[in-house]
Amino acid sequence: MTYEPTIIAFLCNWCSYTGADLAGTSRMKYASNINIIRVMCSGRIEPMFVLSAFREGADGVLICGCHPGDCHYHEGNYKCLRRFHLLQKYLTQMGLNEERMRLEWISASEGKQFAELADDFTEKIRSLGPCKLKETAETLT
Amino acid sequence: MANKEKNKIKLAIYWGAACGGCCVSVLDVHEKLFDIVAAADLVFWPIALDFKYKDVEDMPDKDIDVTLFNGAVRNSENEHMAHLLRKKSKLLVAYGSCAHMGGIPGLANFSNRQEIFERVYETTESTVNPEKITPQTKSKVAEGELSLPEFYNDVRTLNQVVEVDYYIPGCPPQSERLLEVFAAIVSGAELPPKGSVIGALDKSQCDECPREKTENKLLKKFKRPFEIEDDGKTCLLEQGVICLGPATRGGCGVRCIEGNAPCRGCYGPPTSIPDPGAKMMSAIATIIDENEPDAIKKVIETIEDPAGTIYRFSVPQSIIRRKIMPQEKKKEEAVLQS
Repeated sequence: MTYEPTIIAFLCNWCSYTGADLAGTSRMKYASNINIIRVMCSGRIEPMFVLSAFREGADGVLICGCHPGDCHYHEGNYKCLRRFHLLQKYLTQMGLNEERMRLEWISASEGKQFAELADDFTEKIRSLGPCKLKETAETLT
Repeated sequence: MANKEKNKIKLAIYWGAACGGCCVSVLDVHEKLFDIVAAADLVFWPIALDFKYKDVEDMPDKDIDVTLFNGAVRNSENEHMAHLLRKKSKLLVAYGSCAHMGGIPGLANFSNRQEIFERVYETTESTVNPEKITPQTKSKVAEGELSLPEFYNDVRTLNQVVEVDYYIPGCPPQSERLLEVFAAIVSGAELPPKGSVIGALDKSQCDECPREKTENKLLKKFKRPFEIEDDGKTCLLEQGVICLGPATRGGCGVRCIEGNAPCRGCYGPPTSIPDPGAKMMSAIATIIDENEPDAIKKVIETIEDPAGTIYRFSVPQSIIRRKIMPQEKKKEEAVLQS
């Protein structure tokens, strides 16, 4: 059986989820490995969510929000951006490949970009292989 | 709870991978120790009393009323004693940061046995060990076979090994809190639900902290404590020093902050926060005063060892319990190449 990565995507309600919805209503095809979780704003995504996703067995985590300046709540996406970089630094220290987590801005009209991003990120994670984090965290040696 | 004949409870104190500070914190109750001894028989306490492991093994099950277990579980001896004391005790209390969350020994989860042994027995500057001799669990000598406990890869918290009834946090726990908890147990008062953290507040350090806090928390550079000229009044985070107050339980009497040092998080997170470091990342990201990726990265660069700072006492208890080690990474690369 070929390896199918599990990817968790956190999408903001106002831009990115609507963008992904557009991809769907436009009948664009993209990798089914992406499991979307809708949040009200990318600023709502706590580091805890990302860590929990990896701990529960995600191979990659994708975060999407409105383009800078376009946030429905003015600056939630900037908050997300700052958290993202700090989180990436932490995950690297914990021995995780930083490419397993990606942040991209997707607007409500960018259905096509979302579909391409989903495919591209899935391929990236597929090439990295299964994430060892869950196994490592659950096995005491 | 109390022994009916003597009306005294049986108390045991044990240390796993610990520095001894927790045992000293029990002695730090000073003359109140007489009150403890009046209400309890100390049946096992390696740092102070000459009981042997065999004495514990010979006790009937559930014979000890309360065991204060301090220290993390680092090797097979710690693990054996955790299981033994669990079997012999009615209440097993994880006493101090190491038993509670892994503590300072838990920072070894950024490494593994192989790396630690290489460093300690081969590459430390003061070591000469051309034959690369490392401790073995079994070795034969003329007199027979000698054994040593097995050193594990992972530092474990007490509750990763056995069921724990209560947690008293702190590095070390404040002696006053211990007395309060002890008085509650002896008086036979109704105890909180199993698994509770006792001897600490459920509010954050910031709630107790006397320093002045404003909404003006915006930083372009983080500093280490020696880099600031502390005015003794302003919130340390506002001055650029990473203080774990926002993600740490109160109850210690803000002693570090009273001493002009930032909180390092030894009391662990309040119940509402499952992972202190994750919360701290949120807090730190919020106060970074930049909006461009490169500028943000530059500010983050000024944080010395973020993982070790925000999880100073809690690596083994955190969501990502340990570092994924390079040999496991090699496997990832192998998949990549194939």
